[in-house]
Amino acid sequence: MKTTKTLLAAIALGTSLVLGTTAAVAAGKQHNAEDISFSFEGVFGHFDRAQLQRGYLVYKQVCAACHSMSLMSYRNLGERGGPELSEAEVKALAAEATIQDGPNDEGEMFERPGLPSDRFASPFPNMQAAMAANGGAYPVDLTLITKKREGFHFPWYVSPFIKLVKGNGGPEYVRSVLMGYEDPPADAAKDAPEGKSYNPYFAAGPWISMAPPLSEDAVEYADGTKASVEQMATDVAAFLTWAGEPKMEQRKSMGFQVVLYLALLSLLLFLTKKRVWGREPH
Amino acid sequence: MSGHSTYNPTNPVMKWLDDRLPLPRLMYDSFVSYPVPRNLNYWYTFGGILMIMMVSQIITGIILVMHYTPHVDMAFDSVEHIRRNVNFGNVLQKWHAVGASFFFIAVYIHIARGMYYGSYKAPREILWMLGVAIFLVMMATGFMGYVLPWGQMSFWGAKVITNLFSAVPFFGEAIVTWLWGGFSVDNATLQRFFSLHYLLPFVLVGVVILHVWALHVTGQGNPTGVEVKSGQDTIAFTPFATVKDAFALSVFFIVFTAFVFYAPDYLGHSINYEEANPLVTPEHIVPEWYYLPFYAILRAVPDKLLGVVAMFGSIMIWFILPWLDTSKVRSAAYRPIFKQLFWLLMIDFFILGVVGANPPEGWWITVGQIATVYYFAHFLILLPLVGLLETPRPLPSSISDAVLAKNASKQPAAQPAE
Amino acid sequence: MSTAEAPDEDRRDFLYIATGAVGAVGAAALAVPLIDQMNPSASVLALASIEVDLSPIEEGQSITVKWRGNPVIIRHRTAKEIEEAKAVNVADLPDQDARNANVADGSAATDENRVVDGKTQYLVQMGVCTHLGCVPIGNEGEYDGWFCPCHGSHYDTSGRIRKGPAPENLPVPEYQYLSDTKIKIG
Repeated sequence: MKTTKTLLAAIALGTSLVLGTTAAVAAGKQHNAEDISFSFEGVFGHFDRAQLQRGYLVYKQVCAACHSMSLMSYRNLGERGGPELSEAEVKALAAEATIQDGPNDEGEMFERPGLPSDRFASPFPNMQAAMAANGGAYPVDLTLITKKREGFHFPWYVSPFIKLVKGNGGPEYVRSVLMGYEDPPADAAKDAPEGKSYNPYFAAGPWISMAPPLSEDAVEYADGTKASVEQMATDVAAFLTWAGEPKMEQRKSMGFQVVLYLALLSLLLFLTKKRVWGREPH
Repeated sequence: MSGHSTYNPTNPVMKWLDDRLPLPRLMYDSFVSYPVPRNLNYWYTFGGILMIMMVSQIITGIILVMHYTPHVDMAFDSVEHIRRNVNFGNVLQKWHAVGASFFFIAVYIHIARGMYYGSYKAPREILWMLGVAIFLVMMATGFMGYVLPWGQMSFWGAKVITNLFSAVPFFGEAIVTWLWGGFSVDNATLQRFFSLHYLLPFVLVGVVILHVWALHVTGQGNPTGVEVKSGQDTIAFTPFATVKDAFALSVFFIVFTAFVFYAPDYLGHSINYEEANPLVTPEHIVPEWYYLPFYAILRAVPDKLLGVVAMFGSIMIWFILPWLDTSKVRSAAYRPIFKQLFWLLMIDFFILGVVGANPPEGWWITVGQIATVYYFAHFLILLPLVGLLETPRPLPSSISDAVLAKNASKQPAAQPAE
Repeated sequence: MSTAEAPDEDRRDFLYIATGAVGAVGAAALAVPLIDQMNPSASVLALASIEVDLSPIEEGQSITVKWRGNPVIIRHRTAKEIEEAKAVNVADLPDQDARNANVADGSAATDENRVVDGKTQYLVQMGVCTHLGCVPIGNEGEYDGWFCPCHGSHYDTSGRIRKGPAPENLPVPEYQYLSDTKIKIG
């Protein structure tokens, strides 16, 4: 079965080597995010419910002051594969928000408490208002942040292989940026832009408009976990990863069934093929 | 294939239908009794794999359209709506996106197989040229499909590629404005790309039918390149080729689904998860991986017009490949020098792909230019010359002879079949 | 071509059947996502309930609200209308089922079973004719209730079918009172 081996080798080579080069980006000055192990990585990866709940708390109490999550609805918080809050908790959380609705019969817009079906309330009505309130910098929408930002940058000849195993490092990026504020080196400090902080992990950095958002015990976790900066950064990174793809757990468990099924089918087809061809010379 | 039909329906309903519309006969002759060379290897299964990938893309595409909104304000959100809210939407959307990549993986293998075994040579020139046309339609379809999610790379890819046409002398600007339906890539552009992305797959189906028709007229080639001479050389399509194709397809799908479920974003670009912004260009604009070698050729030429000509020419040259190759022998298995040139071309194509993925700076430019020159030299200089100069190895007298010789050398103890 | 009949034909048959069966199971499983994707998405299901304030509806007036894409008719009935509805003998009705999602299945089509006890003035029902889905017009028809202009179905003041091609009473959606004048539909 030399041909089979050649075929498999060609497919493996083709998919991992040739294709992945697209993902290769020249390593710039941006620091690589610290690679940590999250519970949701790997073939059987699952989110840690308690971690997602803590992460949501960090988002709600810290990030949500400036950052929207326009694709998320409160109901998502109760869905399978996420923080899995109870229906009552979801309703209560939604009701805390004020949602603009309307027009009513008089043609007026009005405000009402949020419902589970509502999208997360945005801190600003539109992008211009958000920029005006933040000194011209746009606080990026966080729904897909772990999907669209890459934390890992490697030379082009290894990048495709590393990323096949580790992914783009989006969750690690979020975590590292939140923890990565430091004093600028002396040569950089002298032309520091006004009102900006130094953060070598930031994609468009090293100067970032966002002031260090986390400080020790900035939130109080209900489960008693100590709210260190690292803990909060890790938790919110996990939460944002879930938010980027709320159905990740379903995808992985379904994938396992599909691949297992195809492996069985392939085995049977291989045996059938051998039988059918029998002693036909080929 | 030409020849007398052996279809003889026993079922009275089938006989009744066959007397009035010989559809069962066509199916039987094409997919059951159709004789295929008995020495086809697994590289020959990719035609069937491509057929399935095409159907898979069309089915998932039709489904995605049920939930997608082609409007600049809603396109991005509607794709996210599919991934978040639609039942099985997460999988269906990725199946289609990753499926495009695997469609191209299969088509590149299929083309390379054709080049290696000289499948384009007489009498199969039309079959080959229809294949090149299929590849062009696939490229156009893939490009327009990538625009639809309306992410940053969608938008800027569309802008850069449509701007290629501005290289046309005199009419360039007018053509680009016409393509866009405005002064930039905008809603009008998105909607026409959506319309054409839905139309072109059905054009593809039409050309594929012609491709298969042409195949059934000339019969399949085979690894020896020797034409079928007698019934000894062939074997019935069903069950022999069917089960072999099915096995290969199943293995191909293991790899495909592994990507769909475990690395769905690997073949795409992270930045496409950011909604299109006409005011900000991403740092590196690169097309999807399957365009990279051609993108590298475009950038290798310093002149705008000539770059576009070189890029399109690099595919158009395949149309005249049957006449560029002067050798009388088809298969690389019997052409020692050509065989090495073939692998050099594969390496060259791979290098072009790597160059296309990297920014056009420093020595990447030089590498890209050398690889581009070699690419054209292969087709325009080396191929015609080597056909005249090379001494091919002796060909087997028939396919069955070659098979028996191979089996005999492999397992000397085995008694000859038949 | 040889036909090579092997002695182990039974095993061969079993292998072919097993392969075919596994393939068929896969094909069937493949159909599930392709079909299920057309069912209501999570976002549609999430919008399945609305709240309506009844206080602005004057006696003798109706409002129409949209719920799950369909009109829901809410009528503040007059005493005369309620009386007319109660006077009907259920046995005379073409459809003797209450068609009310809030009472037990198969309850009789009395007016009491069509409304909420103590709130009999408010009739909440789908504005979708049970014939072919048109919207019936209020204060029309031979029974002072609703009349469907498409194919001439007459409904009474309790929304029950009395005459015409429609087979069933106008269905009453699932709803409950959140306060004295506020209901939640769905």
